[in-house]
Amino acid sequence: MSLDTATVRRIAALARIRLEAAEVERMQTELNDILGWIEQLQAVDTAGVEPMAGAGAVALRMREDVVTDGGVAPRVLANAPDREGEYFGVPKVVE
Amino acid sequence: MTYTIEGRTGPWEIVVGLEVHAQVTSHAKLFSGAATAFGAEPNSQVSFVDAGFPGMLPVINHECVAQAVRTGLGLNAKVNLWSRFDRKNYFYADLPQGYQISQFAHPIIGEGVVEITLADGSAKNIGVTRLHLEQDAGKSLHDQHPQKSFIDLNRSGVALMEIVSEPDIRSPEEAGAYLTKLRQILRYLGTCDGNMDEGSMRADVNVSVRRAGEGYRTRCEVKNVNSIRFVMQSVEAEARRQIEVFETGGTVEQETRLFDTARGITRSMRSKEDAHDYRYFPDPDLPPLVIAQSWVDQLKAALPELPDVRRARYVAMGLSPYDAHVLTLERETAAYFEEVAAGRDAKIAANWVTGDLFAAINRTKTSIAAPPVPAAHLGALLDLLADKTLSGTLAKQVFEAMVEEGKSPGAIVEARGLRQVTDSGAIERIVAGVLDANTDKVAEYRSGKDKLFGFFVGQTMKAMQGKGNPALVNDAVKKLLG
Amino acid sequence: MHPTDFTLAGAAEALHEGLISSVELTQAHLDAIAALNPRLNAFLAVTAEAALREAAASDARRKRGDARPLEGLPIANKDLFCTEGVATTAASRILAGFIPPYESTVTAQLRRDGAVFLGKLNCDEFAMGSSNTTSAFGPVENPWRRGNDPDARLVPGGSSGGSAAAVAARLALAATATDTGGSIRQPAAFCGIAGIKPTYGRCSRFGIVAFASSLDQAGPVARTVEDCAVLLRSMAGFDPKDSTSADVPVPDFARACGRGVKGLRIGVPREYRLDGTPPEIAALWEQGLQWLRAEGAETVEISLPHTKYALPTYYIVAPAEASSNLARYDGVRFGLRETVAGSDLRDLYERTRAAGFGAEVKRRILIGTYVLSAGYYDAYYLQAQKIRALIKRDFDEAFGRVDAIVTPATPSAAFGMDEKQDDPVTMYLNDVFTVTANLAGLPGLAVPAGLDHQGLPLGLQVIGRAFDEETVFAVGGAIERAANFRALPAIRAGVG
Ligand SMILES: [Mg+2]
Ligand SMILES: [Zn+2]
Repeated sequence: MSLDTATVRRIAALARIRLEAAEVERMQTELNDILGWIEQLQAVDTAGVEPMAGAGAVALRMREDVVTDGGVAPRVLANAPDREGEYFGVPKVVE
Repeated sequence: MTYTIEGRTGPWEIVVGLEVHAQVTSHAKLFSGAATAFGAEPNSQVSFVDAGFPGMLPVINHECVAQAVRTGLGLNAKVNLWSRFDRKNYFYADLPQGYQISQFAHPIIGEGVVEITLADGSAKNIGVTRLHLEQDAGKSLHDQHPQKSFIDLNRSGVALMEIVSEPDIRSPEEAGAYLTKLRQILRYLGTCDGNMDEGSMRADVNVSVRRAGEGYRTRCEVKNVNSIRFVMQSVEAEARRQIEVFETGGTVEQETRLFDTARGITRSMRSKEDAHDYRYFPDPDLPPLVIAQSWVDQLKAALPELPDVRRARYVAMGLSPYDAHVLTLERETAAYFEEVAAGRDAKIAANWVTGDLFAAINRTKTSIAAPPVPAAHLGALLDLLADKTLSGTLAKQVFEAMVEEGKSPGAIVEARGLRQVTDSGAIERIVAGVLDANTDKVAEYRSGKDKLFGFFVGQTMKAMQGKGNPALVNDAVKKLLG
Repeated sequence: MHPTDFTLAGAAEALHEGLISSVELTQAHLDAIAALNPRLNAFLAVTAEAALREAAASDARRKRGDARPLEGLPIANKDLFCTEGVATTAASRILAGFIPPYESTVTAQLRRDGAVFLGKLNCDEFAMGSSNTTSAFGPVENPWRRGNDPDARLVPGGSSGGSAAAVAARLALAATATDTGGSIRQPAAFCGIAGIKPTYGRCSRFGIVAFASSLDQAGPVARTVEDCAVLLRSMAGFDPKDSTSADVPVPDFARACGRGVKGLRIGVPREYRLDGTPPEIAALWEQGLQWLRAEGAETVEISLPHTKYALPTYYIVAPAEASSNLARYDGVRFGLRETVAGSDLRDLYERTRAAGFGAEVKRRILIGTYVLSAGYYDAYYLQAQKIRALIKRDFDEAFGRVDAIVTPATPSAAFGMDEKQDDPVTMYLNDVFTVTANLAGLPGLAVPAGLDHQGLPLGLQVIGRAFDEETVFAVGGAIERAANFRALPAIRAGVG
């Protein structure tokens, strides 16, 4: 599978990374190199193999339903690039 | 009878499926220890996990899982002992992590069913496809600033159950009945408070139309409708829009729409995600959710009685199907009724609750949760009626006084001296007085004017200020008239 | 002896004996940092004042008689660990100005045990790299020099390049690091020190900037195997704040280092004999096996047939997880925000992430986004998960026959800063021996075992069963004693 520039742009848009026109082609080459190399996995016979999502525990551990957190709005907001009172500010979103 | 909408070119059926987001009743969030209460100060119920800070990790809340299982059991659904959380990836201002943790491929609850009752008395089963647990997003406020939206993350991470129905719904009425029934079940179970105006329940309404006998046509999803009435209206509005499109030779595009409550129409969402591609994959921070059948069995054993079962039991107790229905609509009503009926005549209890109590609630603008008369007081009133301390008429008077004064019936009877007179000697003395005062009428009666019997009873009651036991007064009148 | 020449265990002993104070030890390291960091660029932040304050408090505490396991020992943390009140960057511009209001579990446990923190260490941006050249704050230089080319500046390996370089150059007694595909073991090997990636789940990931959640593990780098064991004991342990943290007891790893290998069966995977591996690496490997046989171990050839698929598998799994983990860097709640007049929210995201992420991070996010996208998930991501299962199965079968596996740590010695950078895939091949342990979740230890013909350090790797770090330390300790590695980097504290 080989990526065309339109796909590179679509993926970058999906990932919300602005690519300047000049970057698209370089990125296309690099991504295709990587994908070309990854392509070898298609040859592996994995019929009947259960996919492995993680290396850790086989089951979730659960916590009690107790309020142990929150009440720290000033600390939650302290790093905000745009803090509007007790809110985070962003450019107006139109639905 | 299939519900249809008459278009210019003939009748159309409508096909509806609902995705209901119901907020799980819990103290803390699904994956963090922050609180879930409604109406808190902005960003005051936010942990660093909910705000998607670097290095923060989710840990699941046991109670939220239990609530999902209870709900699944209440929907007669399959409980999956192995389920999994996936990430649904998209960027949005109120989605701090850049993904929603949800159960996409392996939900905790599989297929179930909800039985709805329609106005004509008929019943219908609506299939439930699945129920899964997921995180709620935060809230964007658009009206606080001319150029900015403000973000409050208090809701971010609150546990939701998404309950997806089969496309079995065929009319606005059925959509409303399904939502009403679902909400009733959730409230009975205590797994969601069902407060739609606080956003505890919202529905995505999937609507398509078709000709009789056709397969499904393209559907549109009307997002986030927040009342049962609006759901019913949006079904109708969206169906009519699609019919219009088809009848003018157009095609319906699959899209998400919003219901404009002011204008009663649906409109296309302006900010369309560029070609939805959520890139679901198993959340690597969360191993699979594995639960034991024995735990499910425990939850099942502890489940409260559900409305359908309760209604059937009330009918078996001798209540009319209508009374049984009315009394089981809300869990609080049934609880009130059960307290009044305990150890008493169920039919009489039902009559008082659906009659006098409901009327009093309407009149005083109170609710069954905070009733004008406590169930214990109404029960005590029924006891006074049963042991003939009060006549029916007196009981009505006492009840009104209870509503007015908030006192127990015993206290009111004492204070007003409303106790029914059951001393037959005393009654006979009063009847004798009445007969003495109306010798002409007695003569008429004795010469055959039977109808005057009521007159003597009435006069006796009047003389007793209504406190005479009606049966004993009757007996006494009969006896003394000879 | 210069105070910075102590091992961690040696310094603990000296503090205990009263031969030196924590303030003196800490000051010596701060002086070394001041002298050498401008050149090595291993530290991104030096918290000198806090370190001296902590050291003084530690000396006072020792005087009171309640010294803790790491009392007064100056170490440093990879800048992937969130440290409360101290800027944490993950070596990325996108976290500019971010001051965590919380502490990672691992660093909190080190504090609990008395460690003194010197500062935050450089690394590859978001731990994505094998040469520490992707840091937004400039590359780290390896303190070692080629004997035949002393002017060439070499990479320290990555992503924990700052950690390895700082410890090798004696700017810290030891350091924390993280390993997603080899990021502890490869830089340890390149810098002539030891480093262990413990079993997945052994150390809590809470408060560590995530790269790939199912692969990331914290671990120590230090100048001896024993020092790694000492530090790991404090770093490890069950944490209810991490759903993947293992609720298992933490043994006294240091005790295992001297246990010996008598009677152990050591696996030698056939598939790790790669074409193109320098002969001196193959020779060192054989040498290591001989040392172990001489100590009473038996070496057994084993097969891990899916080894060759490990790297490409990793380069699907890790970028996929990273593409999602890094979505939270959006310019809304913390870190960089980049806009122009009239930017809407989407433009804000796109500009912020374009300006905030470096080239390698962008590449991996895009690869990850692509392999998860509609229509490609099954072919890439799902297939990779299945191959991951096969790789794990290979190890399960091998560990039915052997107690530990010994391999080279890296396919080459440290390379020059301007070499091997031409294309991403060549760079990725650095992790060919280490990445399998991450995919299978197994512990892997790198031990310095010899020098190549240029005088650069080479390491061997010991891989063990899940949660059997003790055997790994026993084998690593035996290799360390036999190798008697005494060579020193050209650039180090106390030397020009
Ligand atoms: Mg929906
Ligand atoms: Zn949902």
